[in-house]
Amino acid sequence: MIDSLDIITLQHIWWFLCSLVGSLFLFLNFVQGGQTLLWQVAKTDLEKSLVINSLGRKWELTFTTLVLFGGALFASFPKFYATSFGGAYWLWIAILFTFVIQAVGYEFRTKPGNLLGTRVYEFFLFLNGSLGILLIGIAVGTFFTGSAFVLNDYNQVTWSTPLRGLEGAINGFNLSLGLFLVLNARTLGAMYLLNNINFESVTEMEERLRREAFINFACSLPFLLIVLGSLFFMTGFGIGENGLVSMVARKYMLNMLANPWIIGILGGGLILVILGVLLTAKSSKKIGIWLGGPGTVMVGLALFSLAGFNNTSFYPSTVDLQSSLTIFNASSSYYTLKTLMYVALGIPFVLTYVAFVWWSMDRGKVGVKELGSDAY
Amino acid sequence: MMENFDPTMVNWARAQFALTAMYHWIFVPLTLGLSWLIAFYESIYLKTGNEEWKRLTKFWMKLFGINFAIGVATGIILEFEFGTNWSNYSWMVGDIFGAPLAIEGIFAFFLEATFFAVMFFGWEKVSKRFHLFSTYMVAFGSNLSAVWILVANGWMQNPVGMAFNPDTARFEMQNIMEVILSPVAVTKFTHTTSSSFVLAALFVISIASLFLLQKRHIVMAKRSIVVAAVFGLLGSILTGLTGDSSAYENGFYQPMKLAAYEGLYDGEHGAGLIAVGKLNPQKKVGDSQEAFEFEVRIPGALSFLTNRKFGSYVPGINDLVYGNEQENIMGAAEKIEKGKIAIRYLDAYKIAKKEGDELQATATLSIFKEFEQYLGYGYLQKPEDAVPPVALSFYSFHVMVILGLLFPLVCIAFLYFGMKGTLEKQSWLQVLGLPMVFLAFVASQAGWVVAEVGRQPWAIQDLLPVSMATSNLSTETVQLTFYLFAALFTILLLAEITIMAKQIKIGPEEI
Ligand code: HDD
Ligand code: HEM
Ligand code: HEM
Repeated sequence: MIDSLDIITLQHIWWFLCSLVGSLFLFLNFVQGGQTLLWQVAKTDLEKSLVINSLGRKWELTFTTLVLFGGALFASFPKFYATSFGGAYWLWIAILFTFVIQAVGYEFRTKPGNLLGTRVYEFFLFLNGSLGILLIGIAVGTFFTGSAFVLNDYNQVTWSTPLRGLEGAINGFNLSLGLFLVLNARTLGAMYLLNNINFESVTEMEERLRREAFINFACSLPFLLIVLGSLFFMTGFGIGENGLVSMVARKYMLNMLANPWIIGILGGGLILVILGVLLTAKSSKKIGIWLGGPGTVMVGLALFSLAGFNNTSFYPSTVDLQSSLTIFNASSSYYTLKTLMYVALGIPFVLTYVAFVWWSMDRGKVGVKELGSDAY
Repeated sequence: MMENFDPTMVNWARAQFALTAMYHWIFVPLTLGLSWLIAFYESIYLKTGNEEWKRLTKFWMKLFGINFAIGVATGIILEFEFGTNWSNYSWMVGDIFGAPLAIEGIFAFFLEATFFAVMFFGWEKVSKRFHLFSTYMVAFGSNLSAVWILVANGWMQNPVGMAFNPDTARFEMQNIMEVILSPVAVTKFTHTTSSSFVLAALFVISIASLFLLQKRHIVMAKRSIVVAAVFGLLGSILTGLTGDSSAYENGFYQPMKLAAYEGLYDGEHGAGLIAVGKLNPQKKVGDSQEAFEFEVRIPGALSFLTNRKFGSYVPGINDLVYGNEQENIMGAAEKIEKGKIAIRYLDAYKIAKKEGDELQATATLSIFKEFEQYLGYGYLQKPEDAVPPVALSFYSFHVMVILGLLFPLVCIAFLYFGMKGTLEKQSWLQVLGLPMVFLAFVASQAGWVVAEVGRQPWAIQDLLPVSMATSNLSTETVQLTFYLFAALFTILLLAEITIMAKQIKIGPEEI
């Protein structure tokens, strides 16, 4: 079965798989969102502990998904790995920094002798949830707006600005996408915490979480509208018959028309997020995260699909169109993509045990009695 | 023509990678070994039902958790650093090198991350058996991640299972099984994990020795030591055996590395092994000075270890640089000449392709193919560039080996008095135990210095010199990130050490 796939199909499948991992990461960003809510929703030390311990059971999963996203891109689209990381250097280094400090944040925060003090580690968590996600949004934004780089005959990258990727922040589209992701992560964070915490002795926090879910969603809407509006009308980077990249008016709208399923998952995803938020804010239900999370995955998939499918350059260069990366010119060889397909067969198995462990650990909600000696 | 990057920048990039890798390697070996020890302790708890064993398990688990967080933090930097600082490398070999990293992510890291949460927070939530299972899964997962990253590293040391594609100017995978089962990858894995077992065993022994000296937690310390000493002893034996295979393989695949860490300038039949020695700092490749100011040599032993034959020939640095016709060894000097031909014809092939001149393309390609295997050498400036830093390789190797002979003796001593039940009376042994974990870290880091510094100037042995592998960055940029990482990691390491020290002071909790 796998042996009969041709390279073009494999390139499409791998773009889809990388997109899936990336979109799952956006869902799991509820951890990051929760980190930025700490001050607003948790007023006492007890409430803080509950929030941290609830998020602390999941942060590894989010982190590992990011690591896998990197690994999968490395293996399937190495030219992207080389061009983007080696080119937009400061952007990625800044993102990595916020993840390094996150990793120690949980474990070190309240331990005696932690050198920097609890507040600093909490600030680390905040920085990861805000700046980290904002920068990731900016990086993803450049999939549509392009970056300033040139590749030579041997595909060595030269970046044309000294800011090396950080210049992406002065683009309205990129910035809007980044802010949307930050606010969406906060919305998801509030819904996750609502679902995961036992509010017996902290009843007021429940209300705060419900409110935050609504407020953050409302704040994210303008940015979402800017992103979607731009996607409908902006000029994009298309690949012509001859393999040459050129500017195509309304490229992403054309992509949607060519692949109506993208409109389907985009619309479906948005509806799920909205439903999740409404249930959270207007009813006493706690399942918002199970609508908002999958909704986010669908929206993410739609975005990545728009960027990569239908003969579109997913990592375009604004200064030298022909240096732009496409799923065709940036991919690994046929042999590697095919071999990795066999590896990918293991993914459902991994997802199954992750889900099983998640389920068996979350049967009891995080409450006061969880804050014993094993707690963060 | 491919660019050779600014050498100052390349050196900063090397320093940065060395820094992050060496920090990562402070935490990783402890994870690799301690995860098993914890699983063993917990197994005993389940078997005996004795709560004391649970208390002991939880104590070591706490130290494990503190260590784990920062291991993960340094790991993510390493992974992305291939892209940020070694982007040319990433593009040229991503086809082969990326695959193990992706597999590692999918299978090993998820296993670890998922069951880690159960191991720490699941005591009251899941059954005892499932909890134990999770602890084993964490151990299995962390060692599985070692498999894949070491497959990747083994491939850099001995590139197999691939071919160069002149059209894309990159290396493409031909056979993944050859990459995974490459003998170098297999010994890399066995030697690295077994040595990490030793390190973790000595970590437990050192801390438990401290408890014994302070006359605290005596029963718990003695119990911890006995299990650790068995594990450490078995680990030591495996480490010795696999260390020997590592050197044996170096003789085949990386003779220059072997010559450097043995300080062997002129090849010999029946070459001797230096047990201890002091290199002559004035000695240069190609000159006639003595290599050593002082040395103790075991006659014939190096030949035996390298070729399993006493009188056999072991090539020295000079043979490998200038060639030795008698022994049929081609030197770097000649390889550079051939490499330059390969580069010329690769460029000509590219031009012919661009101009659509198929005839010319075929002709140039066939000449290129003839010299292809020397391509990497064509980018070296002079033959002496093929020599890695000799002193650093030599001393690191000897420190590692001497410590490697010491550790099993230490384990045996602890095991002996542990079995006799008189550990708390042997204060000399407790004092001896204290510094062991630091020595283990020294040996372990030294091992990587041998492996990685000894590989210089190659990023990929014989194929891609480090100077071609980097990203197009300015020296200042890389310098700045070097200092940023150095500062951040140092602060975090200090924090980890003080936290650990506090936890050790607190000791295991009452249940
Ligand atoms: C506790 C740590 C430790 C100890 C006691 C030893 N080693 Fe080791 N050694 C390592 C930890 C290590 C390591 C960190 O795990 C390395 C780095 C790369 C690798 O494959 O393993 C290594 C590398 C390494 C290499 C280089 C491999 C290469 O470049 O491919 C050789 C030749 C040896 N070792 C040989 C030995 C011998 C003969 C030992 C004597 C008993 C020994 N090691 C003890
Ligand atoms: C964690 C244990 C490791 C340690 C302590 C370590 C140490 C080092 C050191 C000291 C250097 C600098 C060598 C020099 O420039 O003189 C280096 C370079 C490098 N290492 Fe490692 N290494 C480790 C594992 C690995 C692994 C597993 C890989 C690959 C999968 C790897 C890939 C590299 C690369 C790409 C460089 C830069 C290029 C070069 O200098 O050759 N290292 N490492
Ligand atoms: C230089 C190449 C290396 C890279 C790119 C790398 C990458 C990573 C990454 C990304 C993580 C975080 C994973 C997570 O999210 O859970 C990690 C952790 C880990 N790595 Fe590495 N690593 C390298 C070297 C090594 C070596 C040489 C070993 C073992 C022999 C190793 C074993 C581990 C283990 C066991 C962990 C789990 C965390 C810990 O133990 O502290 N790594 N590594």
